[in-house]
Amino acid sequence: MSTSLLSRHGRGPSPRFGPLFAAAALALLVGGFALAFYWAPEDADQGFSQKIFYLHVPIALTAYACFGWGAWKALRLLWTGERRYDLESYTAIHMGLIFGLLTLVTGSIWAKISWGQWWTWGERQLVLFLILFLFYSSYFMLRYSTDPGPRRERNSAVYALFGVVLIPVSFLAVRIAGTILHPTIFTHEGADLPWQMLVAFLVCLAGMLSLAATLYRVELTGKRIDASLRELRELLA
Amino acid sequence: MTEESRLTDVITARKLSKRFGDKRVLEGLDLVVPRGGFVLVTGPNGSGKTTLLRLCAGLFTPTDGELEVEAPRGAIGFLAHEPLVYNELTALENLDLYGRLYRLPERRERAGAMLERFGLWRARNERAGTFSRGMLQRLALCRTLLHDPDLLLLDEPFDGLDVDGAELLHTELAERSSVTALVATHDPEALAARSTARLALA
Amino acid sequence: MNAYAGDVAALARKDLLLEVRSRDTLPAMLLFVVSALTIFHFALPSGSSERAETGLLWIAIVFTALLGLTRAFAAEREGGVLDGLVLAPCDRSAIWLGKTIGLTVFLVLAELVALPAFALFFHPLSWDLVAAVALADIGIASIGTLLAAIAAASRARELLLPLLFLPLAIPVVIGGVGASIASDPGSFLGFLILYDGVFAILSWASFEYVITE
Repeated sequence: MSTSLLSRHGRGPSPRFGPLFAAAALALLVGGFALAFYWAPEDADQGFSQKIFYLHVPIALTAYACFGWGAWKALRLLWTGERRYDLESYTAIHMGLIFGLLTLVTGSIWAKISWGQWWTWGERQLVLFLILFLFYSSYFMLRYSTDPGPRRERNSAVYALFGVVLIPVSFLAVRIAGTILHPTIFTHEGADLPWQMLVAFLVCLAGMLSLAATLYRVELTGKRIDASLRELRELLA
Repeated sequence: MTEESRLTDVITARKLSKRFGDKRVLEGLDLVVPRGGFVLVTGPNGSGKTTLLRLCAGLFTPTDGELEVEAPRGAIGFLAHEPLVYNELTALENLDLYGRLYRLPERRERAGAMLERFGLWRARNERAGTFSRGMLQRLALCRTLLHDPDLLLLDEPFDGLDVDGAELLHTELAERSSVTALVATHDPEALAARSTARLALA
Repeated sequence: MNAYAGDVAALARKDLLLEVRSRDTLPAMLLFVVSALTIFHFALPSGSSERAETGLLWIAIVFTALLGLTRAFAAEREGGVLDGLVLAPCDRSAIWLGKTIGLTVFLVLAELVALPAFALFFHPLSWDLVAAVALADIGIASIGTLLAAIAAASRARELLLPLLFLPLAIPVVIGGVGASIASDPGSFLGFLILYDGVFAILSWASFEYVITE
């Protein structure tokens, strides 16, 4: 398997599009929040506190997207054996974990505002994200405690695949747990959203995804440079 | 390289490198082992002899460079530093298990014959954990040669063998005149007569 | 196909034979689970519900299983045998399947002691609970074998295995406890079957990648 330095770590995201992503993220996020706070109607039941929905749910969905992207890259690693996918998978999951943590934080704030408690087991999304947070934190323990090399790459990739399978399985588990174990008293699943809310929400979602993509590219480039530098240093030493 | 010679080269390595984190064990190694070749690998401790053998066996993947081994897994006989046997199974049970995994017909008979050839027949029903160092090495050789491999990858085959054991090994190798072999050894003179080439690792 | 089944049978038989000879793992698991149940009695104030006790049983099962999992590849580590298995021409997934079958048997044997002990210490059990335990065993053994192989490559094997295992065990506990106490255990048992199916297939297919370098 003859590989050059660059191709091994990947050519990296094209620098031309970097500023584009960042600009799109900024525009969508600012626009989205403006729409959310000034244009979309207030929720009849929850009032102004419901606005955090425009932050919390896009962050949650973005986290799912990151985990899914990480799993896709992991699959590519196992399929092709090209080592650059390891960095891509790792970075995506790192993003996912950050957004997952933010989901828990915003969800907690929402719970405090809505029901006066910082945590509740009755909120399904929150519980699901706790499980995923634990899982992907273990992913990082796996990476830190294994020496770098093909073994770590493959183990991480397989574990990433387990994670993405765990998402629907846990979702189902928490759902059925709600029926008997911890009754889902509180739910944010509103009735049909008025279309203005939907539009604002979608813009916020697009903004979050762009933000994640921007951060992903930045971090990935940084990691690639790190890895290439390290190898150059070894070759010259 | 002509098409013909490519078919006859069992191991081909080009600029083969293996690194573990920051530690460079092999760097830019070129190696060709033709069919029927018997190559001795010499070098001080830590020079990468074991790593080279494990790369050829497929237990490690190269960090850089190319490595082609034209031998299916079932045709490779690998002798490691460890005997690769279960301590709580008897000699016969260990070989029977490997015989099963290597899909050998009449594996019980072959296992028995192998043990006999290496002077272990009397210990066949004793647990490998009770074996001495020399007996373990003989058992490991039984395991390595059980399936009549075409390619031998041997890491210090004479390690731990007494004079009798060494003689048995010589006899075995002499009988298998058509195998291709890559042998790491501290004592190249012992196999000098048989070897076709030497590779010295720094 | 036949060769594959033969490999799996040989490997599973080997694991059971090794345990019979060395008697390392199973006695420890039995003692552990009874000790755990004893501790649970003291951890539960009097007047605790049967439901709480059932929940604790599942904790005992998960942690006893974890104890067994840390020993999953112990015999292979002793003689460096894993290399020998990986070098053999058999499918690497056969190694997984053989090991998983062996682990499942260990778990079942441990529960043959644990469940009666629980019934003795706390309250009688339902057949739904027994079914849930059996299904949980399969799932735990499946992912456990794979995770044990992943953890084996790390510097802190004993620490990493529980961390990798516990988040994945959460759905098993949900399914198990639900099946044990719900008036309609069917959906929970169905969920456990789904869990087993999905994760067994994933473990079976991905074992090849974690066992080779």
